[in-house]
Amino acid sequence: MRNYKHFIFFTKLKKVTFDLFRATLIISISFIILFPLISKVPSEIMIEADAIDRTIRWLPTSFTLNNFRQAFELMNFPVSFWNSFSLAVLVSVLQVISATVIGYGLGRFEFFGRKFVFALVILTLIVPLQMIMIPMYLNLRAFNLFGLLPFSVNLLGSHWPYILTSITGTGFRHGLFIYIMVQFFKGMPTALEEAAYVDGAGYYTTFFRIMLPGAGPAIIVVFLFSFVWQWNDIFVSSIYLGGSPEYLPFALERIMHIFYERRTEYRVTWQMASMVNNAGMLMFIAPLLIMYAALQKYFIESVERTGLVG
Amino acid sequence: MPDNREKKWFKLNVKSRKQIVGFTFVLPFLIGFTIFFAAPFLQSIIFSFNSLSLTREGYNLKYVGFNNYYNILFVDANFIPALIEEFFRTIVYIPAILFFSFFAAMLLNGEFKGRWLARVIFFLPVIMGAGILRQLEQMDFLTEMLQAGAAADEIAGSAVSAQIIKNVLFQLRLPDFLIIYIVDAIENIPNIIQDSGVQILIFLAGLQSIPKFLYEAAEVEGSTGWESFWMITFPLLTPLMITNIVYTIIYSFTSVDNELVIYIRNVAFGGMGYGVSVAMSWFYFIMIALILFIVIYLLGKRAYYLD
Repeated sequence: MRNYKHFIFFTKLKKVTFDLFRATLIISISFIILFPLISKVPSEIMIEADAIDRTIRWLPTSFTLNNFRQAFELMNFPVSFWNSFSLAVLVSVLQVISATVIGYGLGRFEFFGRKFVFALVILTLIVPLQMIMIPMYLNLRAFNLFGLLPFSVNLLGSHWPYILTSITGTGFRHGLFIYIMVQFFKGMPTALEEAAYVDGAGYYTTFFRIMLPGAGPAIIVVFLFSFVWQWNDIFVSSIYLGGSPEYLPFALERIMHIFYERRTEYRVTWQMASMVNNAGMLMFIAPLLIMYAALQKYFIESVERTGLVG
Repeated sequence: MPDNREKKWFKLNVKSRKQIVGFTFVLPFLIGFTIFFAAPFLQSIIFSFNSLSLTREGYNLKYVGFNNYYNILFVDANFIPALIEEFFRTIVYIPAILFFSFFAAMLLNGEFKGRWLARVIFFLPVIMGAGILRQLEQMDFLTEMLQAGAAADEIAGSAVSAQIIKNVLFQLRLPDFLIIYIVDAIENIPNIIQDSGVQILIFLAGLQSIPKFLYEAAEVEGSTGWESFWMITFPLLTPLMITNIVYTIIYSFTSVDNELVIYIRNVAFGGMGYGVSVAMSWFYFIMIALILFIVIYLLGKRAYYLD
């Protein structure tokens, strides 16, 4: 009888110890991830005097939204936000569509050269972007389809480079989205498709009516990745749009430059500049955080079902 | 009664019809690949043998032979050291990422209260884009200054703990390179965690896809959790380890906050010119392709597949 009690006691002890160990690990890792975000918050709501006072770090003496107001004005937030947002939606919607179509073709059909095309998809992923960026830049500056068009157009500074590359599956990290879609469609049961064929549906009808509605989870994953990467992208946009401050990432970059230029005009301390910059940074990330909070349930469930698994 | 042309179309056997349909799905990619990838890709080869100057209508090329490559190898003092450093940095970085993401996926796969919250936080770096935050961080003086007071303590603290770990490792008589590696990895934990989001996702998806009956069968046969891990979980995740290694290599070499990538870009848009920059990219690309090839070749055979 005593032995039995001992056994229960130790089993419980083992479980409690393990739970405690796991909780410690998870909490500390979460802390490391969240720290860069949290550490910015006090400086965003501080007044300047508090920022200069070295003894104040976490708890400001008074609360102000002035930093946000300044960042809002300097970034021309409504305009730059709308520009970036509409561009990111446009790009991610087009990328989802093309990745789905191409992924379906590669994942569901056996045709001559399928493996070769798949290899080309992977190739677009591993080539460093800056290698094709310079010829891309020159081609887009005087775009004439290699002499096929009788005239040449300057596509830089417009949304056309994004639209064209997104439709044709050659956008930024597009290969990864195609890869995810291929894996997903490969994993879907063939029975549904065959039933549709037997009932007389054509290939395209089957795709749109049967396979596409079933691809929801994979579409959410690809959409989220695509949106986020477009939102955070500086590299490609600096070439396609020439770093125009009418878009959010460049507007954010400009805050520090404006302060630097005006340093003699007003008496701007670097504390002030930095506080406004931090506020701008939060305003830049906030839309992503909101979207993630809204979609996280679908996102995490989807990932488990997408067969992101090779 | 369908007309004749339609009838002919239907007479094409199912297999070749399916081939054509499949091909139409992939067609947009092939067009895009030709215009927006293959063409610039081939042009970049040409550019790397030329000196390139911009004009108002387009550009002028002047053939310079292997001059650009010569410049990279013998004139530019920064590129080759940076390339070698990048190479070793990645080699050090991959096992750390792999180990951490595997571990984190195992943690998140268990049943516990607040699991969804932990998952939301762990994948946050994927959403925020660790790269851009780090880039912005570098421009931020205030946080640095705000933390300066505490930082002095922190640095002292981390130096002490690193020293303690170092001493312990020395007493264990581990080889020197291993000690340096472990200490380095410990100091880089925040970076490693921020960069592991996607890898954790991939491992987690893999863990979920292992059929439960394997574990049940093992338990009936009297296997302990430890044994189940090494005989079931680990072998079945080996294919995903390759996926993750390949992803990490590609991501770390081509991410836009990679110092070498920034350097090559700066060379192009100011300084030595497009030709040299493209030649550098080619050097870099060949290195990446070689590493990927070796990794896939060496590890591909070792992966274990269920069916």
